[in-house]
Amino acid sequence: MEIKENPKEYDVIIVGSGAGGGMATKILSEAGLSIALVEAGPYYDPANPEQMTQMKWPYESPRRGGSTTRPFGDFDQAYGGWDIEGEPYSQVGDTDFRWFRSRMLGGRTNHWGRISLRFGPNDFKKKSIDGLGEDWPISYDDIKPYYDKVDKLIGVFGTNENLPNDPDGFFLPPPKPRLHELFYTKAARKSNVKVIPSRLSVLTKRINKDRGVCFYCNQCARSCMAYADFSSGSVLIFPAQKSGGQIDMYVNSMVRTVTTNSEGKATGVSFINKEDEKEYKLNGKVVVLAASACSSARILLNSKSKQHPNGLGNSSDLVGKYLHDSTGGDMMAFIPELIDRKTYNEDGVGGMHVYSPWWLDNKNLDFARGYHIEVWGGLGAPSYGTGFNVNSFNKFFGLNKAGGYGNVLRSDMKKYYGSTIGLSGRGESIAQKTNYCEIDPKKVDKFGVPVLRFNYKWTENEIKQAKHMQDTFEEVIHNMNAIPMWNKPGKESNYGINKPGLIIHEVGTTRMGNDPKNSVVNQYEQLHDVPNVFVVDAGPFVSQADKNPTWTIMALAWRSSEYIIDQLKKQNI
Amino acid sequence: MKRRDSIKNIALTSIGFSVFLESCYNVSREKITRSLTRYEYGRTKEEKLYDDKLFDQKFFSNDELLSLDKICNLILPPNEYGSIRDAEVVQLIEFMAKDIPAYQEPLKNGLKWIDKESQIRFEKLFIDLSEENQKEIFDEIAYYDPNKNISDYSEEIQWFNLVRNLTMTGYFTSDVGIKELGYKGNTPNVWDGVPQDVLDQYGLSYEKEWIDKCIDQSKRDDVAVWDQDGNLIT
Repeated sequence: MEIKENPKEYDVIIVGSGAGGGMATKILSEAGLSIALVEAGPYYDPANPEQMTQMKWPYESPRRGGSTTRPFGDFDQAYGGWDIEGEPYSQVGDTDFRWFRSRMLGGRTNHWGRISLRFGPNDFKKKSIDGLGEDWPISYDDIKPYYDKVDKLIGVFGTNENLPNDPDGFFLPPPKPRLHELFYTKAARKSNVKVIPSRLSVLTKRINKDRGVCFYCNQCARSCMAYADFSSGSVLIFPAQKSGGQIDMYVNSMVRTVTTNSEGKATGVSFINKEDEKEYKLNGKVVVLAASACSSARILLNSKSKQHPNGLGNSSDLVGKYLHDSTGGDMMAFIPELIDRKTYNEDGVGGMHVYSPWWLDNKNLDFARGYHIEVWGGLGAPSYGTGFNVNSFNKFFGLNKAGGYGNVLRSDMKKYYGSTIGLSGRGESIAQKTNYCEIDPKKVDKFGVPVLRFNYKWTENEIKQAKHMQDTFEEVIHNMNAIPMWNKPGKESNYGINKPGLIIHEVGTTRMGNDPKNSVVNQYEQLHDVPNVFVVDAGPFVSQADKNPTWTIMALAWRSSEYIIDQLKKQNI
Repeated sequence: MKRRDSIKNIALTSIGFSVFLESCYNVSREKITRSLTRYEYGRTKEEKLYDDKLFDQKFFSNDELLSLDKICNLILPPNEYGSIRDAEVVQLIEFMAKDIPAYQEPLKNGLKWIDKESQIRFEKLFIDLSEENQKEIFDEIAYYDPNKNISDYSEEIQWFNLVRNLTMTGYFTSDVGIKELGYKGNTPNVWDGVPQDVLDQYGLSYEKEWIDKCIDQSKRDDVAVWDQDGNLIT
């Protein structure tokens, strides 16, 4: 096959433009380095009217916001999903790992929930606390200055609460709670569940002159045209370009391998241009992988050479191992007190205004590690599915009749509108060597690149944690005088624990450590085996914490980028 | 693609949809073209091609569309806010049947069943029955016990539930239906908490300690500055 080679040698090639790739692009370009940013999807700017879905009405879509083309509905800004045509993945045995990919500039940061939580001091040293998993080679003090910088650069609302494992930061003030959030707060406190203002990277207050302030449309999942939420493109990459960064963007470009020379050092990347389906090669002094935990592992494992017969950076045989996603459990309830409620604009920001950080001590519990609780509900925008089984809630009033036709349906619709609340637990699982992704030897995608195969089982710890979530939800719902909308999931369904991958917090595939036999990258996210290759997505996470990964991805990517600048200066790489 | 070309393209490739519109509601070709080009909401090129492909197909016959129009109108009769025609409910059902192929067989079978039932009972097609007779047939299939699983019911009852669901979602995601529901959002605003009368209604109030930490909306435009301990000073 003819390979087209660009003769230019970049200082750094960055693969992937999400949270980690965006941060690396900003920090490295601002240091004057020349950057090639390679993204598998198209260019995307939330302010581009042709791509914008924000502020559209459901009737502006022929499927009224239904989910046939995009899994979270066709206004959601993720190009891709759990299943992408021509880009399959396979499973070992009865594993059912779900792998969400968003192929566009900014990646999954365009649609994520903006829940921006720092890991706490304990989260880096869990093995020392409960003997499970592994400690990180760094501590909270190592990463704190970078969390501080991320807070100030990007903007996150929240409150300083002086909690032991949910650190304070540089917060913008939070918005006031919505009605159902007040119901939740009151009910949760009755069961001694702590409730505090949520921490979301949404600008409730101006942070600089280039970005707007939130105008409360509730549509952060559609990515903000005013750049008032965090998306990698609008907050990291565009400003980096604007401030004169030497950034060449290669979009619609799927990286196949990291290329190496006879000494085993990386020389660049090879990629397939999706438009002409031809293979290209870029040359660079340093390669930074930020393609997402599983995609970066796939690239490394596919980068086999004489010098790296087991895949790049894989002398430990740990690339792809210790894959872990957050645990997830959910429950919805109907609040009879909220029927026939007065309507008003309750959109707020795109996510909850209050949440519960983990509030218990595992010493007194039969499982390890905690979870936080997210809350949803309110007078939301109608979308495809609104009005389905409109009066099935009749059963909560002891009635055995629903359905019908005529004007009664209109009044039932208004009666039950905004009367439900949802609770979601998102918790920490324990990284297992036996949970992994690997290359499927028998399968390639439509570009001819070998695909991933997953093996994943929850352990007793996660299942018991999911049970605890359901017990908590039951109690809080009872305190609210609300009625659960479905039966409490029991043992037969592992207490309703979500399939792995569904929470889209997959981490751990290139884990960090001091010992090259026991880890893939060092504390600066540098491959032990190949000093000029770095991984700055969630792959290096040793453990997940009961927090969302994005803030930690960016703090680490910033720290690693400074290290890269330093090492280039010293000519060490 | 230039906008003018894209209009031409859509007009050419969407004959099925146009025929439906003309046959049912007798609207002008100009209006059809306008309604076909309104779906500009940030789709990717691939998504547009897929949607255009669906618009290009015709799933229901004109007779079936007229039956659906009648059925949906009886499920949700017009009122002062609007009608299922204003909400384009039948067009939505036509589109969704192509978008979600699992709907196709049950939707068609139900329409066949209701005509057969009308013939048996009244020796006419459903559309030609008096409203009273139409409702008589509805009464046989319109109700279910919400404590039971709908899939345990007969195909006719399940079909009616599906059509009712599509009618409801079509109406309440439309311009007129959203107004009737009372959804007030999707517009730039400054959220400053639950209205006082609503708090009072539920006997709730904001705690001072909590509210003191919340955004003072009069300062939302002042650039954030913190002291070194993370206290906001602007």
